[in-house]
Amino acid sequence: MIGTVILMIVIGLFAGIAGAILGLGGGIIVTPILTLACHLDIKYAIGASVIVVIATSSGSTIAYLRDEVLNLRVAMFLEIATTIGAVSGALLTGILEPKYLYILFGLLLLFSSFNMARKLMNKNKSNLSNKNDKIAQKMRLNGSYYDKAEHKQIDYKVENIPGGLSVMFGAGLASGLLGIGSGAFKVIAMDTFMKMPLKPSSATSNLMMGVTAAASATVYFFNGSILPYIAVPLALGILVGATIGSRIMQILPARWIRICFVPILLYIGISMVIKGF
Amino acid sequence: MNNSKQTTKAEMNEIELVIGKILRIGVIISAAIMIIGLVMFLITGNSGYAGNYHPSSFKEIFHGIVKLKSYAIMMLGIFCLILTPVLRVVVSIYSFYKEHDMLYVYITTFVLMVLIFSFFLGQ
Repeated sequence: MIGTVILMIVIGLFAGIAGAILGLGGGIIVTPILTLACHLDIKYAIGASVIVVIATSSGSTIAYLRDEVLNLRVAMFLEIATTIGAVSGALLTGILEPKYLYILFGLLLLFSSFNMARKLMNKNKSNLSNKNDKIAQKMRLNGSYYDKAEHKQIDYKVENIPGGLSVMFGAGLASGLLGIGSGAFKVIAMDTFMKMPLKPSSATSNLMMGVTAAASATVYFFNGSILPYIAVPLALGILVGATIGSRIMQILPARWIRICFVPILLYIGISMVIKGF
Repeated sequence: MNNSKQTTKAEMNEIELVIGKILRIGVIISAAIMIIGLVMFLITGNSGYAGNYHPSSFKEIFHGIVKLKSYAIMMLGIFCLILTPVLRVVVSIYSFYKEHDMLYVYITTFVLMVLIFSFFLGQ
């Protein structure tokens, strides 16, 4: 039993660091490890992964809040879509066959990884929006952050709010159905659709994942899917790992993060499609 | 225009600092409860329950904590961790209210309502 606990702490540390750097919930890393390597029932793996998502989010947002990378208005505004999506997803569980969602979201992830790879090929460094979007101005969503790698304050504008909201609803839906943080989709909604820079997108996505996961976590908590001897050491490892990860992330230039992101999106996409068939 | 932008920035800095502090306290409390439960479990080697059973209702967890059962304490720690993002939403409402940003008071209150609704769905 002590061996299991130590193993869970190590997995938690690893998933926390990787999750915070990539803006993923860590759940997408933990679930394959727990099911494929530790042979844990998928039901309990999902239960543990929801807790992992919350721990990653809460652990890393502490660091982001101090460094003011996060955009709280964007987070709360988009949270309308993700929480409604998560509740709908929780209600849909059992009615809809999840395999179609696996395939659909797998394909979307594949598309996104190609999209990101294409962006990397273009040497176009800054991808900031110049559009004065009416909704963004009305909802005061435009922001500013200090980039540690480039050593300067970067002001940014956001656009295509309806597109961002739609993707966020889908992200919430997947979160409620599969017990994941859907961090990848949240980053895509902000980064690709709304043209927010990657660092505030990742930080804001981390915060949002916690709130979205809390909606589905209570369901898993009360139906007994959360095993204390798995979830507790995992969560403790994650809390430490996420804090370390968010520090590393701010020193890395955005390009490096994207390079890490592409094969991971590809891998998750392929494994999701395979799971669907 | 420039002046109002500055005010918004200063306001947001204050809001984010307050939220950060409260969230940190919430995370530390839940982590402390989890560590206490985990250490108790590792030292005694006893979960307090027969076989692989673990408590998952408020009533069972409460009774378990009174009897100092390690699994019950661990579950309480997990539950506190689940509440930290909810706490963040609650504090955000108050902070936006303090900054007279009624639009975001409504937006954030709506998010909280959805969370409360989901909570009762889980029961």
